[in-house]
Amino acid sequence: MSSVVKTSSPQSANLLVGLDYSVLQQCMHCGLCLPTCPTYDETKLERHSPRGRIALMRAVADGELAVSKAFGEEMYYCLGCLACTTACPAGVNYAELFETARAEVERQGVLDAPKRSFIRYWVVKFLFTRPRLLRFAGRTLWLWQASGLQSLARHSGLTKLLPANLRRLEPQSPAIRAKFSHQLIRPIERPAPRSDVSAKPARRVAVLTGCVQDLAFSDVNRATVDVLLANGCEVHTPPVQPCCGSLHAHNGDLTSARTLARRQLDLFNPADFDAILTNAGGCGSHLKNYGHLLHDDPAYAARAATWDKKLKDIHEYLVVIGFRKPASSVSPVTVTYHESCHLCHGQKVSAQPRAILRALPGVELKECAEAQWCCGSAGIYNITQPDTAARLQERKIGHVLATGAQTVATANPGCHLQLENGLRTAPAHHTTPRVTHPIVLLAEAYRAETATANQA
Amino acid sequence: MAKLPPSSPTAPLAAALSARLGAHRVLTAPEDILPYGFDGTATLKQLPACVVFPRDAADVAFILRLAHEHRAPVITRGSGTGLSGGSVPLPGSIVLCLAKLDRILELDTANLTLRAEAGVITQKIYETADAAGLFYPPDPGSMKISTIGGNVAENSGGLRGLKYGVTRDYVMGLEVVLADGSICWLGSKCVKDVAGYNLRDLFIGSEGTLGVVTQVLLKLLPKPTARQTLLATFAAMDAAAATVSAVIAAKIIPCTLEFLDQKTLRCVEDFARVGLPRDAAAILLIETDGHPAAVADEAAAIEKLCQAHGATSVRRAANAAEATQLASARRSAFSALARLRPTTILEDVTVPRSELAGMIRAVEAIAEKHDLNIATFGHFGDGNLHPTILTDERDGAEMHRVELALVDIVEETLKRGGTITGEHGIGLAKKPFLKRQLGDQSYELLRLVKRALDPDGLLNPGKIFD
Repeated sequence: MSSVVKTSSPQSANLLVGLDYSVLQQCMHCGLCLPTCPTYDETKLERHSPRGRIALMRAVADGELAVSKAFGEEMYYCLGCLACTTACPAGVNYAELFETARAEVERQGVLDAPKRSFIRYWVVKFLFTRPRLLRFAGRTLWLWQASGLQSLARHSGLTKLLPANLRRLEPQSPAIRAKFSHQLIRPIERPAPRSDVSAKPARRVAVLTGCVQDLAFSDVNRATVDVLLANGCEVHTPPVQPCCGSLHAHNGDLTSARTLARRQLDLFNPADFDAILTNAGGCGSHLKNYGHLLHDDPAYAARAATWDKKLKDIHEYLVVIGFRKPASSVSPVTVTYHESCHLCHGQKVSAQPRAILRALPGVELKECAEAQWCCGSAGIYNITQPDTAARLQERKIGHVLATGAQTVATANPGCHLQLENGLRTAPAHHTTPRVTHPIVLLAEAYRAETATANQA
Repeated sequence: MAKLPPSSPTAPLAAALSARLGAHRVLTAPEDILPYGFDGTATLKQLPACVVFPRDAADVAFILRLAHEHRAPVITRGSGTGLSGGSVPLPGSIVLCLAKLDRILELDTANLTLRAEAGVITQKIYETADAAGLFYPPDPGSMKISTIGGNVAENSGGLRGLKYGVTRDYVMGLEVVLADGSICWLGSKCVKDVAGYNLRDLFIGSEGTLGVVTQVLLKLLPKPTARQTLLATFAAMDAAAATVSAVIAAKIIPCTLEFLDQKTLRCVEDFARVGLPRDAAAILLIETDGHPAAVADEAAAIEKLCQAHGATSVRRAANAAEATQLASARRSAFSALARLRPTTILEDVTVPRSELAGMIRAVEAIAEKHDLNIATFGHFGDGNLHPTILTDERDGAEMHRVELALVDIVEETLKRGGTITGEHGIGLAKKPFLKRQLGDQSYELLRLVKRALDPDGLLNPGKIFD
């Protein structure tokens, strides 16, 4: 047990002290955030609530509390779901507070332990900053899965030899796709000339393919491009893209997050596009804040500000441009929608995915209870806090199954995996819903049009 | 949970609490107790010695007896949303948090009552009643998170006070743990009950200074079959005030009659996006409920009165969802004002309704006199105003002017026959002004009661009076 709390560093270097104090003061501790916070709901302890955490951060900034191990653990017990920011009438910028607090926890190293540092270095700092290496790792995992070795290891009981925490995580590992985004999407794709869309001015957009989305859900990226083509957009998708840095910013590594943001801005000149599009809620929430992240970098500040204006979630953009309603009917299906926290709370995009689902002929949208309540995925929360994550997953799966829907749509790879894993282990039910992305359903509806046209 | 160093004076107390309740029900580590150092009131904070979570009245009795033994003050707390500092701890105190006493014990549809533990969230009581076709009217702004025990301790009001009254009007019985650890039931399910002194009412609004409320028996009403919400816009505050007087004079008692000035409505709109007119000087949010025919009549009459008194527009909520949205937006008013300045000092003065327009003008004059930014909203229908001073606690000079303005507001209120608090309680925030309102004899009577029930002065000492 580490008994010494490192407080030797000067108070002035403390990132919470350096923060604009008015961001902390913005919280007037009225408590309206409490009922929306999943961790407060779980324990009913103020420390595990947004206003409690802000009070701790403020105490650190005021020099009344050291950045202790308990403080560090608290900052990582927070899901970062940002439900509190939707509930907060005072408009507290909790995302900034939470990222700053975690960065300070890392700076002071109060949670440092050999295993934690090892994983953080290799995964956060190394793997997720190197897109080619990440794809290589993904390919290796795919080989393991596709060759039947994974299945063999699971059935032979070989996985029982893994350490307890890896044994628990192993079944949650994402199923890797045979083809990644760059193998499905050409760098520039132009819409086929059609009488009904050619009249509209052509839009030039860029698509961000993400990291997990690229490896595990490249079909979502393909669907995104298809949907944009069907709406008269010229789509640019560079084959190798850096990670957006969301993982880093949410895990106390703002330096890497800034580096990755700069790389992104080097790759995409926002002025070249009508919009830059993301289909992953978690990435989008972070991507929209490059302006703030790089505001004191003279070389990038202006470009980052333009970037923020151009960066749109795919659902948001489709509604803005007045997407074409698919004419053809796919076979009737009931769909429920689980909201990614960082899409609904981080980006306040909640009505648009529903508008898209409702526009699909044959689709009946059945709302589930607590659609905006975190599913427990929360970035890497299901790895760092498996027990709380599992309870949130169970709660979510219960609500999803209660709708009786055949499909559950969600717009974030973390939620997607969490739902798939939860449904796989859920108690036997007459049908296990398919998990997919709203944009995949829209792309399928457009494809059904073409199929119908070809038959005719 | 970190252990306190053995030298700490509170270590034996915490150890005794842990021995009975289990260590997980007793918090002492700084990271655990720091978030219990404040409630919803601006600028007040103080660390307690520990925070304890009882399971029932017997645990509370044990804690009170132990507190007596250790001479430790006890501050009872629910969700900590109070607005007068009532649950702000004292040094060395035990925070007795009832948030985990959260079971609804009985819904009696034959007698239209509901019995709940003190830590049940008010919203849950409303919803439980609603699901049974019944109605629990008191709806404080914080109802989504405030506890029923806290509502009883503060005698909380809300948006529906005009027609339906306040928490007191719905409390039929209470389970109270006294300072010496004895457990009493006060009241019954009987509509009429005059057996002995009405001690139940003594504990309602006593702010945790006389005993600890652990259970509440509530009266429920049949759910009104119809509701209609109207939103009236005004180009001048006076016109809104005149409209309120006209509605009351026309012998119409709406369920709610809420007022928001321009600063408030803009903040609320920035948060809630419900389509409030940002350029209006003031708005009135009016709801009428009851039998559908009566609601239709009242809504039409109110609409006419608004127009006759200079409303620039009157909009009717299209459906229940829109009405709920508007009411929720209104409930966010106080917190939404924090968007303008770092510190929001909320007032709760209440005047006879005939004095409303004059009081509003007086608040404006006081803001100007002290060069302060004051936004005003409130429950116009019952004369309860919430002038909110938007300031910065780190600006010493401005905070001094805030103090002066608060004194002026109080004097203006008392001059008009008003009260310094309509629904938030005295706590710490209004303590300096209580004697001025009550006069020496009434003030002494309060202290006499306090001494009788809490001779050692360990129950929330220093609140209401010294």
